[in-house]
Amino acid sequence: MRISTLFYTVKQGFVNIVRNKWFSLASIATISACLFLFGLFYSILMNFQHIVKTAEEGVSVTVFFDEDISEERIREIGDMIQKRVEVREVKYKSAEEVWEEFKEDYLEGYADGFPDNPLEGSENYEIYLNDVSMQSALVTYLESIDGVRQVNQSEITARMLTGVNALIGYVSMGIILILLAVSIFLISNTVTIGISVRKEEINIMKYIGATDFFVRSPFVIEGMLIGLFGSVVPLVSIYYIYTNVVVYINERFQVLSGLLNFLPVETIFSTLLPISVAIGVGIGLLGSIVTVRKHLRV
Amino acid sequence: MPGKKRTRKGTGESKDIIVLDNVSKAYSTGAPALNGVSIKIRKGEFVFIVGDSGSGKSTLIKLLLRELTPTSGTIWVNGQDVGRLKHRKIPKFRRNLGIVFQDFRLLKDRNVYENVAFAQRIVQVPVREIKRNVPAILSTVGLAGKYKAKPKQLSGGEQQRVALARALINKPSILLADEPTGNLDPKNSWEIMKLLEEINQGGTTVLVVTHNREIVNAMKKRVVTMKKGVIVSDEEKGEYIDED
Repeated sequence: MRISTLFYTVKQGFVNIVRNKWFSLASIATISACLFLFGLFYSILMNFQHIVKTAEEGVSVTVFFDEDISEERIREIGDMIQKRVEVREVKYKSAEEVWEEFKEDYLEGYADGFPDNPLEGSENYEIYLNDVSMQSALVTYLESIDGVRQVNQSEITARMLTGVNALIGYVSMGIILILLAVSIFLISNTVTIGISVRKEEINIMKYIGATDFFVRSPFVIEGMLIGLFGSVVPLVSIYYIYTNVVVYINERFQVLSGLLNFLPVETIFSTLLPISVAIGVGIGLLGSIVTVRKHLRV
Repeated sequence: MPGKKRTRKGTGESKDIIVLDNVSKAYSTGAPALNGVSIKIRKGEFVFIVGDSGSGKSTLIKLLLRELTPTSGTIWVNGQDVGRLKHRKIPKFRRNLGIVFQDFRLLKDRNVYENVAFAQRIVQVPVREIKRNVPAILSTVGLAGKYKAKPKQLSGGEQQRVALARALINKPSILLADEPTGNLDPKNSWEIMKLLEEINQGGTTVLVVTHNREIVNAMKKRVVTMKKGVIVSDEEKGEYIDED
């Protein structure tokens, strides 16, 4: 292809957008609306997942040992636990550390009357998991280890978090499917409107000997540009809305600040930006290719 | 010609630029639009195809443009078997045919210059040459001063001249004109016919499908008359024959 032909093709893509400005605006608006909703739900879901993940990180399983256990055996058990795939972190707490923590948390200045450590034998491993849903499997394993007296777990929290995680998965899948269906419906409508505008033009081009490629290229460029513009609008809006909403919630609901740990906008956009642009350009590209292909056989 | 390459070059018949050999075209319903049509048109000829509605004229043009393929028979244009042309070869084939329609078929949102230049852009003529060729062809058709006008700002006659300029700019060997004066008043019709005659005198084969009895009778060219899908007469310096 000649450089001048390439330049002409790209220029025609832009010119087409301006020429059919109402059709272009309708298409941009359709793509924008879908991607705006997508971005909104994506941001919410990402934060939900982040909050759940943070909560999960605090969930631990505690392992206590038989009274006559040797320190060497405790180390062995520690090594065995550390090797498990579901385990993220293992922390050893000696009986003295447990007593110190207990004094700090509950007795404050009233612990002086205890000459010895009343929590002797309470040394333990605090185990943090990669995935809370694996907790029961790990507990079964821990209980089978020789030298383990007791395993404490927060079953309710783990179950709830596993449930929330699954729910988030289903909800996001459902929302994405609905948005996809809506965008396909809206785009097929706007594309159908566009067909009547272009049908004659495509016919003329074909009659005077234009190749399929030559006819298709400006429309494809046009579709990609519409998709690109259609993705930029919601991205800018979401960036603005997100930063303001996070600031607003943090200021107005300071009580919740410990619970609601929002993701920074940069983290959201590091994935939302490429996904949105790819979806926008992809929809525009696909829409224009399908539309023009229908009318190429002249 | 089974087993042989489908070309007529060097066969001694190369003076025939269009050859239809027993061509029929049937649509899914009704009588065939063309029924066993055979005709030869020589290079540089000026031929009128006349006939009433339903005579098969439009089908003939569509077959020559390879918009349709024949149900049976063979069509040769410029030495190529049109019916066997692959889809990807159609654009190149059409660039050797200039085509003019009754309804002009100009790109409405582009000006005169762009409409004509477009035909050169699709064959990838360098911009420098396009800038030289378009004004030249526009002055040939008498529209040098109107290159910036949009089609809707032009009269029917002027629009048809733009269509003619577009059809001619790539120097086609054949010009097909489908009812070129159908939407024009007598004065403009005659001007367009004069232009077609000039083009023909330059060596281009011209095939005009028309209803216009006055023009056909006055121009004293070869006239092929069609009726219900068959050729009923084919005369050098012929006249328009009434159906009844």
